[in-house]
Parts: sequence; structure tokens; C-alpha cells
Amino acid sequence: MSSLAPKTSPDPARPSRLAGLAGLANNPAFRSALVQLLVFAAVVAGLIWVVSTTADNLKRAGISSGFGFLGQTAGFEISQTLIEYSRSSTYARVFWVGLLNTLLVSVISITASTLIGFVVGVLRLSSNWLVSSLAAAYIGLIRNIPLLLQILFWYIAILMPLPGPRQSYSLWETFFLCNRGVILPRPEFHPGSWLILAFALLAVLAVIALVLWSRRRQRLTGQRFPTFAASLGLLAVLPLLGASLAGFPLTWVIPELRGFNFQGGMTLLPELIALILALTLYTAGFIAENVRAGIQSVDRGQEEAAAALGLRPGTIMRLVVIPQAMRVIIPPLTSQHLTLVKNSSLAVVIGYPDLISVFAGTTLNQTGQAVEIIAMTMLFYLTVSLLISLFMNWYNKRMALKER
Amino acid sequence: MYVKTTRHPDLPPPLSEVGVLGWLRKNLFSSWLNSLTTLAAAGLLLAALPPILNWGLFSANWIGQTKDACLPPQGNPDGACWVFIRVRFDLLMYGFYPLAERWRVVLTFLLLVGLGGPLILSTLLPFRERIKQSLLLLLPLAVAAYSLVFHGILPGLAALGLLLVPELLGRAFKRKLLPPAMPPWLRQAVFIGVPILVWFVVSRAMQSLDPGAAGPMALAAGSLAFLIFALSGRSVTSWRFALLFTLYPCAAYLLLLGGGLGLPLVETDRWGGMFLTLVIAGIGIAVSLPVGILLALGRRSRMPVIKALCVSFIEFVRGVPLISVLFMVSVMLPLTLPQGVHFDKLLRALIGVSLFYAAYMAEVVRGGLQAIPKGQYEAAEALGLRYWKSMRLIILPQALRLVIPGITNTFLGLLKDTTLVAVINLMDILGILKSALADSNWLGYTKEAYVFAGLAFWLLCFALSRYSMHLERRLKTDR
Repeated sequence: MSSLAPKTSPDPARPSRLAGLAGLANNPAFRSALVQLLVFAAVVAGLIWVVSTTADNLKRAGISSGFGFLGQTAGFEISQTLIEYSRSSTYARVFWVGLLNTLLVSVISITASTLIGFVVGVLRLSSNWLVSSLAAAYIGLIRNIPLLLQILFWYIAILMPLPGPRQSYSLWETFFLCNRGVILPRPEFHPGSWLILAFALLAVLAVIALVLWSRRRQRLTGQRFPTFAASLGLLAVLPLLGASLAGFPLTWVIPELRGFNFQGGMTLLPELIALILALTLYTAGFIAENVRAGIQSVDRGQEEAAAALGLRPGTIMRLVVIPQAMRVIIPPLTSQHLTLVKNSSLAVVIGYPDLISVFAGTTLNQTGQAVEIIAMTMLFYLTVSLLISLFMNWYNKRMALKER
Repeated sequence: MYVKTTRHPDLPPPLSEVGVLGWLRKNLFSSWLNSLTTLAAAGLLLAALPPILNWGLFSANWIGQTKDACLPPQGNPDGACWVFIRVRFDLLMYGFYPLAERWRVVLTFLLLVGLGGPLILSTLLPFRERIKQSLLLLLPLAVAAYSLVFHGILPGLAALGLLLVPELLGRAFKRKLLPPAMPPWLRQAVFIGVPILVWFVVSRAMQSLDPGAAGPMALAAGSLAFLIFALSGRSVTSWRFALLFTLYPCAAYLLLLGGGLGLPLVETDRWGGMFLTLVIAGIGIAVSLPVGILLALGRRSRMPVIKALCVSFIEFVRGVPLISVLFMVSVMLPLTLPQGVHFDKLLRALIGVSLFYAAYMAEVVRGGLQAIPKGQYEAAEALGLRYWKSMRLIILPQALRLVIPGITNTFLGLLKDTTLVAVINLMDILGILKSALADSNWLGYTKEAYVFAGLAFWLLCFALSRYSMHLERRLKTDR
């Protein structure tokens, strides 16, 4: 590009030292300090102005600032609460209920979308033309449609028009699907159930110990132990053993249709299902692309070398390609997880009681404490973002290429 | 004894390795596991595709004016009711923009095509430069002719004038307007002083003639004066580009909002539909890129105060969801303004969306800046270029070219996220869909509505991503 070429212009004879003001104006250090001072002063002045007008406006509107409102009674129902909550609970409780609901959706969707994303990403690179085209079509479709539209589609166009409880679809008369959501059997714990929990915990500990032991054994002797099958067995048998020791204290309450609704059982709200479906499928499309890029970044020679050593294709993928691809995948994967947590705030459009909906929505409308509520909400998201990226940075460092 | 003295010609590959059969064998049935997968995938397709195609195309109802056209005696209830979309199409496109004024929306869009179209075409067509220049002129002329025929004399002439401005100015100011020997401070004074003078005079003159049009007209005149000094001696393409970001927004503002030049005022709360979505996306894109570049430069600045400010802004914005930012601008921004100052709801959404995406854009651009070798910075410095000049001429052109995919991704994200403004009660395409679905004459056609909107977004995003891939390839081969 010709316009990029520097234009040669005769350098005007410049006196070696400019005196006084002009010299000071041309001094880079002085100029930089001056600019910074001016910007800083402007920002501080702007902040002071904003704070003072806000305080003024709040005083005029008769809104007292501060966090006193958190102790007041909320007085509204929330359709899904993970912790005890009623109309007479406080706004602080509302905050926690919303926060936990957001976390519930985020954790489920992060897990599911990572799994689906990995599978689709690997399928995208399959040598089978049909399979890889299907994966490509899925990625191309899902990534180019707004998430909000997908949430609304699942909720309003798919789940809402389902038949009512009386005509619901059922699986073995135990699981039901209708416009009230998915109704599942509810576990009921009787005294002694702690034993099951204790044995489950024991099983997890045993699996960890088993994995460590088998790794050490393989390193020392080269013999391999069927860790995966053994772990599955442990995880299944030990809690069952605990249950039988305590005399099977756990019963399942099967939902039953009584009148116009189901009694007993546990309901997954359609809002929750729509949100999880949309978030999972949408994010999986992005993760699949990250996974594909990661796998393609691994040198083909690695795969061929592993094949030459006699490893099977599945084993090559698991032991050679994926561990190396992870280094490329993890950073974008982290940002996908972060985006997912933030995207879960779209719950507000379908009325799922997440943090934004119950706190920055209903509570804000009832109390008018905009500044405090928005600040608390943003602080929560900032904290989650920070925690996820800290964890992922730690993991990334652990996985990074160790150069000696 | 027979001795073969010539090389035997190669035998053709076995039939099972070439042609359709070979392709099938290699790509679909290379092993028994592969064959099984193929069969499973084909089964899945066969199970899923026919019902979908049947619903959307073969049994769908296309003709008619009322809901009855989709119900049993006349229509097929198993198929999609596209009649609903057809009947409500204008609403979905323009929202509640007054019927008599909708030509203004169309004209604004056409002006965009006339001004921006040649820019995009010039990257798509492989013609020789001179043929290209004259061919590219056809598009603005066609747009002007169209508006002359369909919108009347005055709009047509205005469109012609606006669309030919870059051509005329490009030819009129082939030479630099200001002599090169001019001292820099005088040059800068002319650059800034004359446009302000023009702006002042025009705004004063218009104030008495037509107060509604004074603002945009004065702004257009001022920026035109500035461009004449800044762009003289450049190609027509640079004029087109510059005018797209100065003259066009002023014209679009005047056309869409009205309130001057005999155009009735259309308040922004009547804007809606796809039109509003595109307005938000367009302005968001146009604002977030330059602001993002400034933020990225600030983040890499050597001045600690500037750096700290930029870093904290970027990290804060990237840590919170767009919805909470939109809530903030819609609930908290009015609280921070003095009494009597009122911000339009659309303007608030625009501020929120633009600043939010500027932070993401900043991170993308920073990636490009970091990828430029240090030698380039040092070479620019060694040539005696000041900071801004070296950034503008050396660093940014290279850095931005590197991050075209990232920039496109951010644009796509912005385009898709414009749907979130429905949360603060703006009537973008989703808001309009909601109100169209609430119509008691058309209850229950939710699937059609969302599939239509999804298709519209898919087309837009797909076209944008394909164009960016093309641009990337083109800029790469230029090297």
C-alpha cells in the first residue's frame, strides 16, 4: 500500500534546545504526565458529578440508600427454591435463592455442554462423511441463531403447547412430561439414610485411592488395572451396601395424577428445562468448534507414531491426541463456560427465577434500590467469572507443556 | 524370446476405489464400525427430516389472509401456517412505524446499499480498477433511480445527491488542498477551525429555517468540510468509506426520526421489528469497533493511569452479563442524570450494547496488537513517526488484518445479542413477535414465528461470516 510509505519531508532546522514553554510542551515525559493528570482529573470529576446527582435524585425520590432493605420481608412467591423460602422471607433470602438457581442452571449446562461439545467436535473430524456433515450442520445452525430466540423457541413453541397433566406423556407411569414440566419420582429419606450418604462418600474416596494406586502400579510394573470398570462397580455397590445395612431407608414417591395436577413426585419446571436445553445446545456448538480446532492443532505425526506403536484409534484419541489438544482447548473452553454463566441471565425472559429475575427484577421493582441491587448482582457475576478463570488458569498451568 | 522394451501403461485403479462407489467406500463404509455409524446417522436423518420438511414445506399453508386458511376445511393443520408470517410481515419488518412513513425506512436502507454497496462489491469483484470504478457507479445510480421512481422527486434527488457526493468530491479534490509547506499548527487549526465555523454558520442559518433539521444538517456540513481537508488527494473509495461514517448517519437520523424538512416526527418508541434490530446492530458495530480500538491501545499504553482505567473498564464489562448492563443503563442511568435531562430508551440501549461490545472488541484488537513484532513498532519510531501516526499507518492496518475472524465473531455476537433489548421493552424483532403472537386472531402459531425469526438471523449471520472469510482470504493473497 503506497499510502503507508513514510513521506520524506525536509527536517526543519531545529534548535537543539527549545527554551521555556515550547520545550516543556515537546518533552515526552511531561506530555505523558500532563495527559494522565488531565484524564484522571476528568474521570474523578465525572464520578463526583455522577455520585452527587444520583444522591440528589435519590433524595428527591425519597429512596433511602444503603443495604437496610435486605432485612425487609419480600412478600412474593418464587416458583423454584433450592433452600427454604416463603413469602415472609427477607430480600436477603431472595438474593440467595436466585443465586442458587443461577448456579444450578450453570453447573448442569456447563457439564452437559462440555460433554456434548466434545462429542460433536470429535464427530466433526470423523472420517465418515455423513457423520461429519451432520456435526457441521448442527454447528452451523446452532451458532448462527440468537440464544434468546432458542430459549423462547424451546419454551414457548415446544414446551408450552404440550398437553396438560391429564393428557401428559408418560414413561412406565412413573415419569411424566406435560406443560407443567417433567415430573419425576421424589426420593424420601427416612432415618438412617445418612448411612447411604456415608457409604457413597466412602466409594468416592475408594475410587480416588484406586486410581492413585493403579497409576503407581502401572508406572512401576507396567501392568494395567481395569480402573474404570472397578470404579463403576465400587460406586454402585458401596451405596447399595449402605442402604441394605440401614434396612433400605430410601423410598421413592411416585407422582400421581389427582384432579388437575400431580401429587407427590418432584417437578422440573418447563422454564428450567427450556433454559438448560437451549444453553447446553447453544454452548455445545461453540465448544465443538474449539475442540475441533484443538484436535487439528495436534501434529499428524503424533497420531501416526501412536498408530505405529500399535495403539487402537480410540486409545490414540484418548491417550495421545486429546491430552495434547487440551492445551489449545482449555483457554477458549474457559471463556465459553464464563459466557454460559453470564448467558444464564437470559432466564429472565421466560420467568425462570434466577438472580436477575428475582433480585434485579422483582426486588428492584418493589424496593427501587437500583444502585445497591445492580451492584450486588454485578458483584456476583464478577466473582463467579473470577473464580472460574482462576480455576481454569490453575488447571491450564498444570496441563501446560513442561519444558525442561 | 519376448523382451518388453517399453513401460507398460498403468492399469486403471480397481472400480471399487474410484467414482461414486469408491467415494462411498472411502467416506462411508471403510470399516464395519464405520458402516454401522453411517447406517445409524442415515436412520436418524430419515426419521427427522421428512416430518420437518413436511411441516415446513409440503403440507404448509401459504395462501390466504386469515387464520381459517390454515384450519381444516381449507388448509392443512399438520403443516406450518406461513400465512401468519405473510400477513404480519410488514409488522415484523417495520414494527409500529406509521404506514405512510415506511418509505423512509426503505430509503434509508437503500442509501446504505448505495453508499456501502460499492465498498463491498469492490472487495468481491476481480475487475480491473478502471472498469470497476465505472461499474461500481451503477449501484448508486440504480438506487437513486429507484427512489426517484418510487419515492418521488425530492427524495430521489436527495438520494442522487448523497450517493454521488463521494464520486464528485473524489474527482474535484484530486490534489491536496493545503500546501505541504504549511506549518503543522496552522494545518491543524484549519482542519478543526473551518469545520467548526461551517457547523456554526449552518446551524445558525438552519435554526431559523427549519429547527428540526438544523442539528443533523449542520453536523453533516461540518464533517464534510473536515473531510474535504483531510481526504483531498485520496481515492474515491476512501471518500465512500468516510462518508458512510459521517454523512450517511446524519441523513439516516434525519430520515428515520424526521421532525424537519417536512418529514413528520416518528418517535423511537414506534420503531420496531427487524428494522430496529438492524439499527441497533449497525450502530453497535459502527461504535464498538473504534471505541474498542481506542480501549485496546489504552490497555497497551505506557501511561499507567490510562492503562489502569482501560483495564478496569474492559475487565469489569467482560465479567458481567449484557442483561445486567442493559438493566443498569435503563434503571441506573436515569438516576445519574440531573433533573429534566431525559435519555431516549433506544439511546440508552445503544449506549449499553456499544460499550459492552467495545470491551470485547478491545480484547480482540489487543490480540492483534500483541501479534505485531516489536521491530515494527521500533521501525515506525525510527522513521520519526509520532504515536498516533505510527499506529494509524503501521501498526493498526497490520493488526486489524490479523484479527478479522475475531472481529467478525464479535460482530456476530453483537448481531445476535441485539435480541436482548427486548428485555428492556424495546420492540425489536422478538418484541414484535411477542406482540404479534398475543393477537387473539392468531393464537398458537408460535413455532412458525420463532422458526421465521431464526431463519432471518441465520441468513444474516451466515452471510456475514462468509463475507469475512472471503475478506480474510483476499487480504492474505494481497501480500
